[in-house]
Amino acid sequence: MGDVLKKVPVREQEPKVRAANFDEVCLGYNEEEAVEEANRCLNCKNARCITGCPVNIHINEFIAKVKERDFAGAYQTISLSSSLPAVCGRVCPQETQCEGKCIRGIKGEAVSIGKLERFVADWARENNIRPKAPAEKNGHRVAVVGAGPAGLTCAGDLAKMGYEVTIFEALHKAGGVLTYGIPEFRLPKEKVVAPEIANVEGLGVTINTDTIIGRTETIDELMTKEGFEAVFIGSGAGLPMFMHIPGETANGVFSANEFLTRNNLMQAFRDDYDTPIYHPKKAVVVGGGNVAMDAARTALRLGAEVHLVYRRSEAELPARAEEVHHAKEEGIIFDLLTNPVEILRDENDNVRGIRCIRMKLGEPDASGRRRPVPIEGSEFEMDCDAVIMSLGTSPNPLISSTTEGLDVNKRKCIIATEDTGKTSKDGVYAGGDAVTGAATVILAMGAGKAGAKGIDEFIRAKNA
Amino acid sequence: MYKILSKTQLSDVVWEMVVEAPLLACHARPGQFLIVKKDETGERIPLTICDYDTDKGTVTIVFQPVGVSTMKILELEAGDSFEDVVGPLGKPSDILSMSEEELHSQKFLFVCGGVGTAPVYPQVKWLHEHGIAADVIIGARTKGLIFYEDKMRSVAGNLYITTDDGSYVHKGVVTTVIDELVAQGKKYTHCVAIGPMIMMKFCTLTTKKYGIPTVVSMNPIMVDGTGMCGACRLTVGDEVKFACVDGPEFDGFKINWNECMKRAQMYKTQEGEAKLKYLEGKTHEGGCGNC
Ligand SMILES: Cc1cc2nc3c(=O)[nH]c(=O)nc-3n(C[C@H](O)[C@H](O)[C@H](O)COP(=O)(O)OP(=O)(O)OC[C@H]3O[C@@H](n4cnc5c(N)ncnc54)[C@H](O)[C@@H]3O)c2cc1C
Ligand SMILES: Cc1cc2nc3c(=O)[nH]c(=O)nc-3n(C[C@H](O)[C@H](O)[C@H](O)COP(=O)(O)OP(=O)(O)OC[C@H]3O[C@@H](n4cnc5c(N)ncnc54)[C@H](O)[C@@H]3O)c2cc1C
Ligand code: SF4
Ligand code: SF4
Ligand code: FES
Repeated sequence: MGDVLKKVPVREQEPKVRAANFDEVCLGYNEEEAVEEANRCLNCKNARCITGCPVNIHINEFIAKVKERDFAGAYQTISLSSSLPAVCGRVCPQETQCEGKCIRGIKGEAVSIGKLERFVADWARENNIRPKAPAEKNGHRVAVVGAGPAGLTCAGDLAKMGYEVTIFEALHKAGGVLTYGIPEFRLPKEKVVAPEIANVEGLGVTINTDTIIGRTETIDELMTKEGFEAVFIGSGAGLPMFMHIPGETANGVFSANEFLTRNNLMQAFRDDYDTPIYHPKKAVVVGGGNVAMDAARTALRLGAEVHLVYRRSEAELPARAEEVHHAKEEGIIFDLLTNPVEILRDENDNVRGIRCIRMKLGEPDASGRRRPVPIEGSEFEMDCDAVIMSLGTSPNPLISSTTEGLDVNKRKCIIATEDTGKTSKDGVYAGGDAVTGAATVILAMGAGKAGAKGIDEFIRAKNA
Repeated sequence: MYKILSKTQLSDVVWEMVVEAPLLACHARPGQFLIVKKDETGERIPLTICDYDTDKGTVTIVFQPVGVSTMKILELEAGDSFEDVVGPLGKPSDILSMSEEELHSQKFLFVCGGVGTAPVYPQVKWLHEHGIAADVIIGARTKGLIFYEDKMRSVAGNLYITTDDGSYVHKGVVTTVIDELVAQGKKYTHCVAIGPMIMMKFCTLTTKKYGIPTVVSMNPIMVDGTGMCGACRLTVGDEVKFACVDGPEFDGFKINWNECMKRAQMYKTQEGEAKLKYLEGKTHEGGCGNC
């Protein structure tokens, strides 16, 4: 037995090896390791960890089952609250959620809840345990827009209640950010994402890809022409932001969305796929969130030396701690307290460098974080042949601008209540990044669940 | 899957396909485009919607094979299917938002270069259906590249055809025809130019001279076509726009042409290599016995 104050270490690919491939970095626990880690859990009566999980997984209960090697039982427990455990176990910012609240964390390291959840979900998949479709349909039809975590969860929950659900997805593949954004080395597509989507389909949900709501069809048509009684909008926040600095239209300046979509959705890193991607020699990634880490580590795997330029200090990096740690191990160079002011071009408009300015932290701003302020006269230039902008995203106005009576706020986010997802338009519900702006997978799932509940109540009331 | 109902060669280098896509056909408007993806490993290729039939649930695309993806599309025959077809994308043409009165007060000139004839057709047809006869110039390098001549004639007011080498009807580039028409006293109030970037650029230089507002249809590199990636961004006036959602049609006088042309070169080397690989792969098909 190891030190009970410490997590059972998880096996990972060596940093040097993984920096040159797209295989998953973290190899996860095996049965022995999982049981050993589960034994660290104190099965608290008043399990604080649960309050840290946005969908309130019965963490102590599922871990207790892992201790008894009842992995199938553990999966059933998790499934009561979450429909994408193999995903959340991998990508949740556990340190600020469930694990952040774990009692073990006071004196040592928190129980590795995420890794245990991942183990259970992987075990269930490998042993062909699937959620079951309801025996009877209730004859009511609901449309869901967007096949990301919010839409998939909402659809899955409604299907379990007996609804006939159709998801309309703009891209040619379902999954939302799980498919186009988060890279293979963190979230394998064939192994993890596709089976989770298949599980939702297994519940009787139909997924229509290549359908852009607002273009191919409108929300109003879904409700009037196609006879859907309610609609849930989980269209995410997919519009990339740029800095609006000189040189930003140069060749070699990408949004993280473009870079990641080429590589993940279009599989550009593989020879047998036709979509090209630029292989930078030296790339500068601007930003400090999960998206920036993913873009940086993708560029590294395509062969680049990568600098991550972020205007605040390390303490403010919004990315998950594990991603920052992995990025450093792999050799990403962090240029903190630095902000770009101009992108430098050669005569053919290709990126040849970037001009940055050093920053220092001033007074706290509205977000409570200390505001970065430029240090005058500290500008400097850095060579590079690619700049990847990872500054955040906002919701696409396509749906709000084509749906009468659907209110949005100043940031173009759809206005919806938190507990039911109800919007200003009758029968229309919404949740996930489309409502909150860019957030997390588990919050989007929570919103999907709330939406399913809201829609169920709405349809019951209407038919009562 | 989206079934190809017919495939027709229109000129030496251009093919037309009619594809089944009922929902898309219902909502398509002149000026919009769609994206096709041949199969799992294929690229997402934007193509203009050249015609649509709401009753039959079909859309017509016209394409010129230039690189690997368009060449692979050419491998498909009637009866085969595209794995993905999505749209309609982009904004409908400006003319659709004009009032009846405004439409009838305009004198329209459409200028088509190369494969650009195809996207111009639905607009001219739409005007024809609204009782308006627009003048159309079709330009091509040589006779073998001209297509849709009869189709266009049936919906246009006057149709002018020109070839760079003089092999058909008239010798000269499209801008010389514009010059001639204006010299004859034609007074156009609205021009739409669609074709290769270089042709649209020179068109706008010419129409600007005569003060004829000119709309162009931009075709930058795209990925998703829904505003998600920013690959298609271009500078219009002093604003950065995404061609797939803000366009593809823009005020031709405001386009930064040099920037657009350079952006189109982004993947030139990789595309060139891929094309070579594809073509060489082809020559080795069947085995010549020499290798
Ligand atoms: C690169 C990257 C890394 C991330 N890493 C993490 C992480 O480690 N941990 C974490 O918790 N979160 C992470 N996030 C955030 C997380 O992925 C999102 O918060 C979450 O996916 C939001 O889910 P959603 O269902 O609301 O939207 P999305 O996942 O964005 O899905 C929306 C779907 O709707 C579709 N759609 C949009 N418009 C239309 C339309 N008009 N018609 C039809 N379909 C439409 C889109 O194509 C998409 O498939 C990351 C995000 C990115 C981009
Ligand atoms: C909105 C829009 C509408 C379009 N409509 C049509 C249409 O109706 N018919 C048609 O034939 N083509 C159309 N195009 C262009 C078409 O999408 C490209 O020809 C195609 O993407 C090339 O793919 P490829 O892999 O075969 O060639 P690639 O290997 O990508 O490129 C081969 C060569 O073509 C050039 N090229 C690449 N992309 C483009 C582009 N977008 N436009 C022009 N040249 C390009 C490259 O510089 C390169 O030299 C449209 C493009 C857009 C954005
Ligand atoms: S879903 Fe996320 S927050 Fe909840 S227990 Fe699992 S890892 Fe923790
Ligand atoms: S707080 Fe920690 S120790 Fe307690 S039940 Fe939750 S995971 Fe186990
Ligand atoms: S093609 Fe991606 S934003 Fe236009």
